[in-house]
Amino acid sequence: MSKKKDITLNINGRDHNLSVDPRWTLADTIRDHCGQTGTHLGCEHGVCGACTVLVDDSPVRSCLMFGIQADGKKIRTVEGLANGSEYHPLQKAFMENHALQCGYCTPGFLMLATGVLEAQPDISDDELNDVLSSNLCRCTGYANIIKAVRAAREEMRKTS
Amino acid sequence: MKPTAFEYHAPTTVNEALALLAEHAPNDGRILAGGQSLVPTMAFRLARPTHLIDINQIVELEKLSVEDGALCIGATVRHAKFHTPACEGVLGDLLTEVVNNVAHYPIRQRGTFCGSLAHSDPASEWCMVAATLDATMIVQSASGERAIPADEFFDTVMTTTLNDDELLREVRIPLLSNDSVYGFQEFSRRAGDFAISMTLVTYRLEAGKIVDPHLGVGGAEDRPRRIAEAEAALAGQIPSDNVFRAAANAAAAAIDPMEDHATNAQYRRELTATLVRRALENTVS
Amino acid sequence: MATATNRMLGHLGDSVERLEDPPLVTGKGRFVGDINFPDQLHMRIVRSAHAHGTIKSIDTSAAEAFPGVIAVWTNADIDDVPPIDFREGSDPTLALFRQYPLARELVRYVGDPVAAVFAEDPYTAEDAAELVILNIDPLPILINADETPQDFMGKATTEAAVVEQGYGDIETTFANAHKIVEIDVKVSRHTGVPMECRGAIGRYDEARDVLEMYGAAKVPHRNRDTLCRMLNRPASGMHLFEGHTGGGFGIRGELYPEDVLVCVAAIRLGRPVKWIEDRQEHLMAANHSRQQRHIIRAAVAEDGEIVGLDDELYLDQGGYIRTHGTRVANMTTGTLPGPYRFPVYRSVCHFRLTNKTPAATYRSPGRCESTFVRERLMDAVAVAMDMDPIAVRRRNLISLEEMPYGRALDVLGDSVEHDPGDYAGLLDQGLAQIGWEDLQKQLEERRANGEMVGSGISMFFEKSGLGPSDGAKIFIDNTGCIEVVTGGASIGQGFETAMAQIAAEDLGTDYRRIRVVHGQTNRIDYGVGAHASRATVLTGTAVSLTAQAVRAKALDMAAELMQTTAESLTITDGAVHSKNNPTGPSLTLGEIAEALLPTSKIRGDREPYLKGEEWFHIDHQTYPYGHHIAVVKVDPDTGGVEIEKYFIAYDIGRSINPMMIEGQLVGGLAQGVGGALFEEFTYTEAGDPQAVTFADYLMPTLQETPEPEILLTEDFPSIRTPLGIKGAGEAGITGAAGAIASAIDNAIGIPGAVTETPVSPQRLKKILREHGK
Ligand SMILES: Cc1cc2nc3c(=O)[nH]c(=O)nc-3n(C[C@H](O)[C@H](O)[C@H](O)COP(=O)(O)OP(=O)(O)OC[C@H]3O[C@@H](n4cnc5c(N)ncnc54)[C@H](O)[C@@H]3O)c2cc1C
Ligand code: FES
Ligand code: FES
Repeated sequence: MSKKKDITLNINGRDHNLSVDPRWTLADTIRDHCGQTGTHLGCEHGVCGACTVLVDDSPVRSCLMFGIQADGKKIRTVEGLANGSEYHPLQKAFMENHALQCGYCTPGFLMLATGVLEAQPDISDDELNDVLSSNLCRCTGYANIIKAVRAAREEMRKTS
Repeated sequence: MKPTAFEYHAPTTVNEALALLAEHAPNDGRILAGGQSLVPTMAFRLARPTHLIDINQIVELEKLSVEDGALCIGATVRHAKFHTPACEGVLGDLLTEVVNNVAHYPIRQRGTFCGSLAHSDPASEWCMVAATLDATMIVQSASGERAIPADEFFDTVMTTTLNDDELLREVRIPLLSNDSVYGFQEFSRRAGDFAISMTLVTYRLEAGKIVDPHLGVGGAEDRPRRIAEAEAALAGQIPSDNVFRAAANAAAAAIDPMEDHATNAQYRRELTATLVRRALENTVS
Repeated sequence: MATATNRMLGHLGDSVERLEDPPLVTGKGRFVGDINFPDQLHMRIVRSAHAHGTIKSIDTSAAEAFPGVIAVWTNADIDDVPPIDFREGSDPTLALFRQYPLARELVRYVGDPVAAVFAEDPYTAEDAAELVILNIDPLPILINADETPQDFMGKATTEAAVVEQGYGDIETTFANAHKIVEIDVKVSRHTGVPMECRGAIGRYDEARDVLEMYGAAKVPHRNRDTLCRMLNRPASGMHLFEGHTGGGFGIRGELYPEDVLVCVAAIRLGRPVKWIEDRQEHLMAANHSRQQRHIIRAAVAEDGEIVGLDDELYLDQGGYIRTHGTRVANMTTGTLPGPYRFPVYRSVCHFRLTNKTPAATYRSPGRCESTFVRERLMDAVAVAMDMDPIAVRRRNLISLEEMPYGRALDVLGDSVEHDPGDYAGLLDQGLAQIGWEDLQKQLEERRANGEMVGSGISMFFEKSGLGPSDGAKIFIDNTGCIEVVTGGASIGQGFETAMAQIAAEDLGTDYRRIRVVHGQTNRIDYGVGAHASRATVLTGTAVSLTAQAVRAKALDMAAELMQTTAESLTITDGAVHSKNNPTGPSLTLGEIAEALLPTSKIRGDREPYLKGEEWFHIDHQTYPYGHHIAVVKVDPDTGGVEIEKYFIAYDIGRSINPMMIEGQLVGGLAQGVGGALFEEFTYTEAGDPQAVTFADYLMPTLQETPEPEILLTEDFPSIRTPLGIKGAGEAGITGAAGAIASAIDNAIGIPGAVTETPVSPQRLKKILREHGK
């Protein structure tokens, strides 16, 4: 094992002071050392998107970053999406549109969509399809995920 | 699929990074840029670096500017920077079109242009862009700097002429004149996958005839390159269906396609002909 | 039945939001990877890199010496643990081909577990696993099931079984046939690949002598029984727990070597043992499926009636026979005739081992394969007889008048008896909805303009609700909280919501007030789990019967308290009141439960508690049916296929939650498209698997997945279940490859062109090239 280093991960506004092995991926660090298991692992090689989180508001694959690289950065995960007991428009839209079955891919899709809708509130349907095609879902056949994200886009435009 | 152990370094200046590289490169110390190729390779334990030199905190490497008629792309410029034109004119538009084919949106948030070139996957769009447009690689080590032209940079599959202790500090792509036209095509099984074959073509018209044609092919061979035979079929010709077909056939005949478990040479060759023809058709549509 | 006045949210037929969703959209799910126990160890499996060989030695010394490693096991360390047994009990004819949790004498595929490393953390475990040295004497490698079988340990050949089904006189029928049409078609090796890899945690509570396993799925009760048999434990000392499950599709939740290992290790090492599979392992270790080659011929009469069907098939089982035994062979041969009459029939399955990952069931096992084969044949018959493909199908469909239609075929121990359904009628509805005639004209026009576009159809019947029995328990406490305890399993299909809706119907309450328990073997003795589209049909009916019994008990108690008759009362929104006076006096279910406490003075001689337990028994499975229609466009230059339009018609009998049923169909189709166009496990001659990453095993993204138009009918409720329910889990996938293949043939104008899935661009280009297109 290599030398551990002290870092601070800010996840959903809360600081976690940790001593990390540099080789721990950000995903493992968040899940196994900060107790935030909402972020899932589906492949650990960057293809499935289940591990998507926001780092400084950009959606990234947390399996392709090391925890140590996120020292001092602002990380947002699915656990931080709702505002207290109030669901985020995307969470609501996913439930209303039956955009999840097993729910394993859901946190990744939610964070990806959050990142892109915050950055581009007026994103077109085609561009949105292109962005969402980065994540895999094995249950839903995607149609309802598309509907949900489009519905949330309208909702988020209204409230922003 | 957990990476092997390594020491982590996060220098904040290029000189610091080069010193670390000089020290650790002999023991498989490596640059960590976007990590979008290196980390998956480490997850499969196909790469087992003992030291990682993370360049993401080096501000001077974020450079993205036009200097001396070339777009200069620093080592930490991410793919996502090209979602909007990185420079005025045809080159900026071209890169904006191409970037949508580089992996997927979240991967583009971290992966870097220079990292793609250093990694040198034969199917990397940026590698093909660099080869087609005669980019120059500015590489630096603790002992000095050199400039490598694209046609001397790409060696074979995931191998470049970069030395282990060298940082690819920046890539310079000559701007395209305003009367340049371009066409880009690629084909992959699924959205966002590495392409089975791809092509980029640019040229200008003088008195209705094609001049200065650049036609590059990527993904089909072990490295991207300009295809002289296809360019010859274009130079001096008036754009037409026949000319485009001739160039496409010349490109297909000239390449030495790779074979892998999913794709044989014949398919790659036929596909390349199709893509070249379509890219050329794009230039006039 | 609910009347208009007492209709709360979530009764049968309502597309209500799912109970499962809130934790899953907020990151509060508890998947197996999310569960941790103090002091747990992490297990890493060392897998064979050789496809076939005799184990000469395994050197574990370096791994054992690695800091942080607690133990390294090979088979020698657990030689008292038997091979993994079949779910349906022992089968002496197949026993030889079972897999040990760690390979004993042989390795039989790349990925075969040979050693297990137990360490303090997963990174260390993986470091140490690399240090285990496996020394193998290579044996000949068999990759194709249609090649000559090889020796198996000097005791048998790799043709582990021949499964034959049929009826009628094949020889005479073919000898007298007007025409014989033969095709030779292949379905590739692919599988479920849920987004969550497998995982298991073993934990032994020495104080109570209870062994626990977390990460169970699909069939927790059946796996408990097998584990008890293998480890010689009583059921009361072996509990399996299902948490959230990231997709099942038939492959997750079978009893695998790793499940056994964490249980054994938890006892012997005295610490909880956690194993989380990685994706590379998953693609070479979890069950593969589907790979079959059929040589099939039809004897056709002059009018297009198929009077006989004769099939010979090679099923590629891979390295061992796992928990299913020969199930897939049985289901393939038992369901191949599909919705057609075929008066004479024979199917002979050569069930053969190869040196590849073991295979078993994947969503719609046997039907997916046989539907592709049969529908390819129907198209071939149409061409040979110069008939319209729809007309050939119509000519041979079993008619409504003939239902229930039995045949001398066996599907999982159940003789096939089609329950009533109007196959031709649904076809009419489907063709009308999609505008088949106009569609054909449009496609013809486009083809005339040089486009390669075409349509194809595939008809199928499904099977669901495999018996024989299932039970359920309902308990209402004195706060009014309703708990439904089932032996079902939830793999993402909305099981909790469906059960809550069913219970709510009779308990007169909002479905959201009902808690549903599943997959916990310590809560109920028996369970069928979730497979073969069983959950809703069997468990749902048991829940319904139980809810009715509890309702009767509540009304009976309430009648006494309200001094009226039970018949005059009903339940609305969790309260009992007079049918005639909804706003009058009422008693809540909690109050009634209070009156039924053991200590209650007013209980009378009623059994204590407001609770019930009922069973449902079924003699035959139910056979829902439908068809798929695909419209595709082929790019002749790249060989790429674009699905322009997709249509699914399906008779569900009775739907509990149409939104969830459509979700199953759309999701199933995505997997069907994957199998038809993208997914394939290929191997080198040396037996090396070539698709062990997500960059090589290509599952469709949303850009490749069409959104189907769906016609969901409830024309023929099942006669086998009181609620009329049939299953819906598999109909989205069953017809996909057949319809897409047919549409591709039509688009490129080469009948019978597609003989193999997936239809990759390269394969399609080859076809076009060979036909000069
Ligand atoms: C699912 C997926 C799909 C993808 N699809 C595509 C695709 O379609 N097209 C495509 O082009 N790419 C694709 N990629 C790869 C992606 O574009 C990577 O970002 C890129 O290849 C590497 O850039 P990076 O900055 O991430 O480099 P890293 O992963 O950090 O490094 C890659 C290699 O280059 C070296 N290196 C990096 N930067 C330098 C430097 N400045 N000097 C010297 N050495 C350096 C590293 O040491 C390492 O060996 C995909 C990746 C994933 C995960
Ligand atoms: S787990 Fe990170 S992309 Fe699959
Ligand atoms: S809902 Fe199961 S993987 Fe997407």
